[in-house]
Amino acid sequence: MNSKTSNNIATGVIYFLVACVLAILVFLLGYILITGIPHVSWHFLTSSAQSFAAGGGIRDQLFNSMYLLVLTLIISFPIALGSGIYLSEYAPENWITGVIRTAVEVLSSLPSVVVGLFGFLLFVVNFHMGFSILAGAIALTFFNLPLLTRSIEESLQDVSELQREAGLSLGLSRWKTITGIVLPAALPGILTGIILSAGRVFGEAAALIYTAGQSAPTVNYGDWNPMDSASFLNFMRPAETLAVHIWKVNTEGVTPDAAAISSGASAVLIVVILLFNLLARMLGRWLYKRMTATK
Amino acid sequence: MQEYDYNKTHIIDIPLELAMKTENLQVFYGDNHAMHDASLEFPRHRITALIGASGSGKSTYLRCLNRMNDRIATVKGKIMYRGMDINTKNINVYEVRKHISMVFQRPNPFAKSIRENITFALKRNGIKDKNELNKRVEESLKAAALWDEVKDDLDKSALALSGGQAQRLCIARCVAMKPDILLLDEPASALDPISAAKIEDTLMELRENYSIIIVTHNMQQASRIADYTAFFHMGHVLEYDVTEKIFTTPQIKATEDYISGNFG
Repeated sequence: MNSKTSNNIATGVIYFLVACVLAILVFLLGYILITGIPHVSWHFLTSSAQSFAAGGGIRDQLFNSMYLLVLTLIISFPIALGSGIYLSEYAPENWITGVIRTAVEVLSSLPSVVVGLFGFLLFVVNFHMGFSILAGAIALTFFNLPLLTRSIEESLQDVSELQREAGLSLGLSRWKTITGIVLPAALPGILTGIILSAGRVFGEAAALIYTAGQSAPTVNYGDWNPMDSASFLNFMRPAETLAVHIWKVNTEGVTPDAAAISSGASAVLIVVILLFNLLARMLGRWLYKRMTATK
Repeated sequence: MQEYDYNKTHIIDIPLELAMKTENLQVFYGDNHAMHDASLEFPRHRITALIGASGSGKSTYLRCLNRMNDRIATVKGKIMYRGMDINTKNINVYEVRKHISMVFQRPNPFAKSIRENITFALKRNGIKDKNELNKRVEESLKAAALWDEVKDDLDKSALALSGGQAQRLCIARCVAMKPDILLLDEPASALDPISAAKIEDTLMELRENYSIIIVTHNMQQASRIADYTAFFHMGHVLEYDVTEKIFTTPQIKATEDYISGNFG
């Protein structure tokens, strides 16, 4: 066989494999969107869920997912940023940092249901938090943290060593070099990492069933005091998210339109996550252009 | 490669006011003894070239002069600057680098605008006055012979500059800090001949006000711009003299072989 034929065969096989991946994706997305979108309406997005009657919406679940995501990021981002900077810029190559890296990897491969049950025992039961958004956010932090730390570390590593040398050779301290030169250069990558991990958090169900709970009590969207138990911002209330809602409707839903709600909610979930991905790319590109020119 | 007698050296003392000097400088990468006993004097407001083959230790030596080797290697011996040994633990290295600045082989502008590339370090050092900052931007870009090419694009990304322009921006960035000594590590080797010639012109201009130490592969470049030249070989400084003498009547066999192209 000459090199031209073998090359053609190899290219053919690769194209075929890529086509398989693409076909699976298109089939999945297509199925979910085609069966789900017809059930999505303004009413569906803006009314609360019904326990027994038909015609319930997903307003509270959608908001809970968003709110939980924001809380999770508020908790996990500073920790991930600190550890990412440490691992990339300061950590010496020795067994301690080896252990830290391994720990981060193990943490990221923990099954989410285990994280959920652990969160249930520790936060919900032992710390008397009850089923709450806060307990959910902490549980989600557990497995958001390794991903985020990793992506921040990698974004920082991607910044050329020459940039650090340039900063240092101008008499800037290492800290100023990192915060003023390396971090801004890594920002588009970091942002992409945040948004992609947000997509995963948004779709998570197993870890939340036992921590944020499976009920969505009616909340008052006009009450801006987070300390108030009826406020939509209260983070000690139980909060069923969109992903958990889909699971629940499918397993124990008794409403006559359970299948429709599940399809509609799935479509909304997928669309939001797709939007996250698009947003990540656009924001990263825009930010990079913005950063490299003055104002 | 031919073995030379490393104990036979020819190193002159500089009969001029000194910018800095090293005494018995040695560098170790772990167990690897990369630089043996380098004692050199550098004249003020002159250009000194460090030449030698790849791996001869010239870049290693240069990077010691403003402590850029701190995290990579162990450096022993004295580096004297203004009567102080700056190779000691209690010296503030960041302060040292404000006086002894470095330009690297590959242009490394920050991912910021041209203006901010220059003002960033200035601002961090407490210069807040807008007029002063603008003045420094203009002065330093003129000094690096880049002003005419970029004066209308100061707020555009520095990453859009060509290699030669980017390198001159890096020189301007150092000059804006008003250092005493400029260290350049093969600043023109990654550039095309026209850009390289511009860098050389720039250095000749800067020579009026700065003490310049430059590492170069390019012997023509050294003979064109340097007042003094040191020849490095296998981690030893074998010869240091007025540039003309190095290139016309070298005293050491290894130098003669190197400049006549017999190795390296």
